[in-house]
Amino acid sequence: MTAVDESGTSEVLRREDALLRVDRVQKYFPVTGGGVLKRHVGDVKAVEKISFDIVPGETLGIVGESGCGKSTAGRTVMKLLDPTGGKIEFEGRDITHLSRKEMVPLRREMQMIFQDPYSSLNPRHTVGAIISAPFKVQGVKPARGVQAEVQDIMARVGLNPEHINRYPNEFSGGQRQRIGIARAIALRPKLIVCDEPVSALDVSIQAQVVNLLEDLQDEFQLAYIFIAHDLSVVRHISDRIAVMYLGRIMEIADSEKIYESPRHPYTHALTSAVPLPDPKAERARERILLEGDLPSPIDPPSGCVFRTRCPKAQQRCADEVPEVREFAPGHFGACHFPEEKHLIPVSVA
Amino acid sequence: MSVAAATEAFLDVRNLKVSFPTEDGVVSAVDGVDFSVRKGRTLAIVGESGSGKSVTAQAIMGLVNRKTASLSGEVFLDGEELVTARPEQVRSLRGKRMAMIFQDPLSSLHPFYSIGKQLVEAVRVHQDVSKDVALKQAREMLDRVGIPSPDRRLKDYPHNLSGGMRQRVMIAMALLNSPELLIADEPTTALDVTVQAQIIDLLRDLQKEFGTAIVLITHDLGVVADLADDVVVMYGGRIVERGAIDDIYYRPEMPYTLGLLGSVPRMSAGETSRLEPIPGQPPSLINLPKGCVFRPRCPYHELVPGNRCDDERPDLLAVTPDHAVRCHLEPGQRREIATERLGAYSGQANAPATTGTAGMEEK
Repeated sequence: MTAVDESGTSEVLRREDALLRVDRVQKYFPVTGGGVLKRHVGDVKAVEKISFDIVPGETLGIVGESGCGKSTAGRTVMKLLDPTGGKIEFEGRDITHLSRKEMVPLRREMQMIFQDPYSSLNPRHTVGAIISAPFKVQGVKPARGVQAEVQDIMARVGLNPEHINRYPNEFSGGQRQRIGIARAIALRPKLIVCDEPVSALDVSIQAQVVNLLEDLQDEFQLAYIFIAHDLSVVRHISDRIAVMYLGRIMEIADSEKIYESPRHPYTHALTSAVPLPDPKAERARERILLEGDLPSPIDPPSGCVFRTRCPKAQQRCADEVPEVREFAPGHFGACHFPEEKHLIPVSVA
Repeated sequence: MSVAAATEAFLDVRNLKVSFPTEDGVVSAVDGVDFSVRKGRTLAIVGESGSGKSVTAQAIMGLVNRKTASLSGEVFLDGEELVTARPEQVRSLRGKRMAMIFQDPLSSLHPFYSIGKQLVEAVRVHQDVSKDVALKQAREMLDRVGIPSPDRRLKDYPHNLSGGMRQRVMIAMALLNSPELLIADEPTTALDVTVQAQIIDLLRDLQKEFGTAIVLITHDLGVVADLADDVVVMYGGRIVERGAIDDIYYRPEMPYTLGLLGSVPRMSAGETSRLEPIPGQPPSLINLPKGCVFRPRCPYHELVPGNRCDDERPDLLAVTPDHAVRCHLEPGQRREIATERLGAYSGQANAPATTGTAGMEEK
């Protein structure tokens, strides 16, 4: 890492009581040439120097278009993927270079909920076996016995405890997602990474699961990293939101600020593209249409990666990578020409 | 398109029923659906999975397999009845006078043939033109739907294109023979919001230019609010509420519609507001309840005296000429509930809009 990076991107909101601190984390996937030699020809910079922190009980939303690296970011900070660079601290401890084995005790503290409730549960295991698996892996023996504990958790997430011996295929999509949630909270973790947890569900079921996640957060002081492409769900559930584009965090701030006074042109375009479930507001909505498609992450544009689609791009954006800076207290972003404050008329009168 | 033609229904669906016999019993996917769409207008069919919205679309397009399904009712396309028509006749209309866009463009485009080849074929099935003319039409249409360097794209294969581009190719293919009816089944569900916004704009522009009648099938109430003139809400294979767009969003009466509106997070919602989901699961279409299909999930059934919700199927009754509701509750009760529920989730939302609508709800 160069000296510029050291002085540049590190100053993103360092809160004392941070549960998880992510500092300029990178994740590259090597691209190899064809043939036997598998020559290294380049890297997909899936995640490029992202920094954020999370305090207990907080929800950080990560939004962005498909291919922006939000899922890879979630998996990397969970150490399911090895970071290429940067530093990850959990409760003040550097976990960046811990081995898989060394991570095992930490898995009690950090868990994950996946998008697809159909493929993330083993079809040959009963619900009881699925939810109790974390106890077995961690060698935890609940005081009241595993079965009683599992049934307790099932009741907590809104499943019928009598269904403990059923198989996943006997449940609907929404109920399966509840099984996934039950498994994630079994060991009372402090942090859960939720990767598109409701996008496969029907609208009415989606709301049930969102409410459940909120209740569990209140009850157990859980911190969530909530990764989703549905911006209205993310806004609803998140305290802070990071907006990613081509592996970089473009802007990170309190969710109100992201939606009401975005400073980065990409955030502005993204939030303005969401159709509102209210015909009158919808007719009045002003949109910024982005031209073109996402550039290839193998060969990202020089300077600011968003400049090829940015309505405000100038020469400087091609020449110079914008550094992360603080637009307002707690409001960070990387842009040479940020939007004025309160550019969007605040819709909450 | 003349003005006179625009005032009468281009698509008229009457008492459409589709059922599939299975080992476990008969699945009645669509049970007595009526609606109509005029030229230049957009009707949205809203519902969750299993509501029968996609089967309705397939039945209109003649894409329901008659060997495995039984189909009844009437579908008039510009006065021509399609349910009893010969399959060849429906096939000649499909792609020409009516066309469909599907959710997943990758599975609707053939992976082995170039975009150009597939588009040329779509033209030549319905028009007696040379390959060169067809190719020229294909090129023009790709340009129209906003695909950059269409000449190069004609030689590409579906896997060369991004999701948004593929969706555009599919829209281009659907529009090649300038259909008068376009059925779009979840056209933007698989796309990112920025691309979704481009596709929605494209549909709106094309409709303005060609006067196409659009049937939009979706579960996304934001997209509906953006595009639709009229809305049909389906649940368990039936229409449970129907009305103009403002009827459905500002004066809904059916508890299911209220539930749907309460389930979507408002972008402008304050931090304190909680979603109000519909309890329970969507029904199985095999063993539908005897009475109201929504009864098992309806929080208000106890307000109806004499177990009517359990025993008696409610009819779809008009409350105004444009607005109809299928519910046993008294209209007064329904409006009271709606006002209470809407207040619960629209108090913070849409500051400019609510002032206008709150008054209407109280009437």
